Amino acid sequence: MLNHYETVFIITPVLSESQVKETVKKFRDFVTSNGGEIVHEDDWGLRKLAYPIQKKTTGFYHLIEFKSEGEFIKKLDIQYRRDERIIRFLTFRMDKHAVEYAEKRRSNK
Amino acid sequence: MAEEIRYLNPTKADVKRKKYCRFKKAGIKYVDYKDAEFLKKFLNEQGKILPRRLTGTSLKFQRKVGQAVKRARHLALLPFVTDMLK
Repeated sequence: MLNHYETVFIITPVLSESQVKETVKKFRDFVTSNGGEIVHEDDWGLRKLAYPIQKKTTGFYHLIEFKSEGEFIKKLDIQYRRDERIIRFLTFRMDKHAVEYAEKRRSNK
Repeated sequence: MAEEIRYLNPTKADVKRKKYCRFKKAGIKYVDYKDAEFLKKFLNEQGKILPRRLTGTSLKFQRKVGQAVKRARHLALLPFVTDMLK
């Protein structure tokens, strides 16, 4: 049964624009190639962090909302930890209220 | 000698208005960890989560708010501790 997930990750700001795009593309392909289906994507771009992470005060935020199997998340997690360009990530499973909230936000945005 | 009456806690004469859970009233079902502005209403100046007795939220939504704030802190959308003047 495909669960609905939402993952946000922060990319270190020292990268050039192309490297950031390449990182995002790498994770997007990773989701689609492993039987995931991307529902929505959102790029918040460069944002100031509330506290410095690894001595950096800004980061590229990127959000991917996707549907996938349960055990895929472990693989995604390992990928995140292995990639040193990602300084922080969070994946969470969306319940029905969250899904409905996301739809509503997308419709009126 | 007259035993003057001492109350255990100060009488809260002014706090008469009934506190209500804003989530139930507004019909909000999901607390989004991504929009920090909304979550800031539940934090005090140091960035700590306000207790239910001050905000009046119901237990179910206080837990959702707590979880959302912790996720926002993890993603550096909200600071762990600060002296931000809101």
